[in-house]
Amino acid sequence: MDWTALWLSLSLGAWTIAILLPVGIVVGRWLAWRSFRGKGLVESLLALPLVLPPTVLGYYLLVSMGGRSPIGQWFESVAGHGLVFTFTGLVVASVLVNLPFAIQPMQRAFEAIPREVREAAACCGMSPWRTLLRVELPLAWPGILTAMVLSFAHTLGEFGVVLMVGGSIPGETKTIAIAIYDRVQAFDDEAAGAMSAFLLLFSLLTIGLSYALSNRARAIR
Amino acid sequence: MPCPTVPAPSADPGLTVRLRQTAPIPLDVALSCRPGEVLALVGPSGSGKSTVLRSVAGLYRPGDGLVVCDGAVWLDTGNGVRLSPQQRSVGLVFQSYALFPHMTALDNVMAAMGHVARADRRARAMDLLARLHLDGLESRSPAALSGGQQQRVAVARALARDPKVLLLDEPFSAVDRVTRQKLYVELAELRRDLSIPTLLVTHDLEEASTLADTLSILRHGRTLQTGTPTAVKARPDSVGVARLVDVRNIFDGVVLGHDQTKTYLGWQGRTFTTRLRPDFEPLAKVAWCIPASHVLLHRRDRPTRGDAENPVQGVVTDLLPLGETVRMTVAIGPSGACITVPVLVHVAQRNHLEPGTEVTLTLRAEGIHLMPSE
Repeated sequence: MDWTALWLSLSLGAWTIAILLPVGIVVGRWLAWRSFRGKGLVESLLALPLVLPPTVLGYYLLVSMGGRSPIGQWFESVAGHGLVFTFTGLVVASVLVNLPFAIQPMQRAFEAIPREVREAAACCGMSPWRTLLRVELPLAWPGILTAMVLSFAHTLGEFGVVLMVGGSIPGETKTIAIAIYDRVQAFDDEAAGAMSAFLLLFSLLTIGLSYALSNRARAIR
Repeated sequence: MPCPTVPAPSADPGLTVRLRQTAPIPLDVALSCRPGEVLALVGPSGSGKSTVLRSVAGLYRPGDGLVVCDGAVWLDTGNGVRLSPQQRSVGLVFQSYALFPHMTALDNVMAAMGHVARADRRARAMDLLARLHLDGLESRSPAALSGGQQQRVAVARALARDPKVLLLDEPFSAVDRVTRQKLYVELAELRRDLSIPTLLVTHDLEEASTLADTLSILRHGRTLQTGTPTAVKARPDSVGVARLVDVRNIFDGVVLGHDQTKTYLGWQGRTFTTRLRPDFEPLAKVAWCIPASHVLLHRRDRPTRGDAENPVQGVVTDLLPLGETVRMTVAIGPSGACITVPVLVHVAQRNHLEPGTEVTLTLRAEGIHLMPSE
């Protein structure tokens, strides 16, 4: 069992959902209730990581974050080191890859809130901020939870993009999915089996928990 | 220097609404509602009733508009004034009630009490719920309440804000008939203690007449006529209004002339006397109507001797039983013009009414109403 890789994967997942939670709420809510020109294009771009092969996505991320790209050079001038083959680079890639997993469930959840309920909040004198906290978030909660669980589980399992952008540096970019591959290559079936079993159990637990919670939330509605 | 807290003497304490736009929904609306008055906006679906309500609440932005409530300007497009719904003190009951599904009845009401000191909210919300006969149901969630109870929670929530105007958007459309009748009584009781203007949107004329002091008839976003329910129904301004308020007997005629007290109307070779209407020139083509309540059926076993007003003979062509009444259609003269009147079942039986029977009707002069020809 590669505890370092497991810990790296868990912290990558935590960082990813910590960044995607506010982003998903803002973007999902915006897409749910606003109509504007080019909305279809925005939605398509956000859904792209669902259909793009991970290696293709990884390649473009590698190129656009690399030392020869403006983004990579800017990051290097600010942080003192490059973006690719670092944990930070992995977080950036993971956030981008998980955009559809976070935004789509949240968008659906906000869409399911009737317009009249939001208008009623305004007519009750509740400010937009208070409406968000007291009405919108409690009602969209099951969708938000689903988004978080999906993104986290997807982050733990992501392989192609992580390998392209991060390589396989132990303690920096070697996640558990890559560690499993690594052990299999080394004919260490015991370690690969243990880690796989752990991931299976963990995935089952989180997905079961999210279903249970969202069912309870739905029963309250 | 005048004290800014004292409203100008010209300030109208009620609600004044003027809306005008051509697209996307045509609007041409002018109405005012005094404190304590219930004004019903009546019209077919798509007539813009709800849009008027939403404009008052600040949920819809009309092209041109003025909304003044209790002396405060909420909307004045000419001067760039547009208050948000939060800044307007409105209580709005939605057609779907739009209760917060994740909150209890009590929390729903307390959610509208942002202006009340935190310590007082609970007690005041409990008071309001009790006033709406919801004691004991405070901790229920909306899903665990009946339609009628949900509607009462919505009314309580609307009043919780201590609004300057109460807006009701088809609040009775989602409940069954028995519950509706009960809620009518409750609203009538409630409004005795309300000293704010109330706008009621409904497509149900009977409901509007039951609950409102004033009707405003809307069609295609225009206010066609405003007046008391009795006046609007008996004296519609136009054939369009007459049709909207369900007047069945509408005909074309000619004004023959006037004398000191009466106007003479020519129809199908007959001459009827009507209320004096000097506003119509002699020989003017007019439309006229008569409410069913002003059409009297002569008893066949005791014919009146000539002194009745505006007698007309006709032949019964159809008798349609509708509950306790029978809708009788009488063809007058050879032109095929028909008058329909509801008669009680026992009256129809006593008079041996059946298709083909000859009957005499009296059209009471007071009931004949002249309108501009279409």
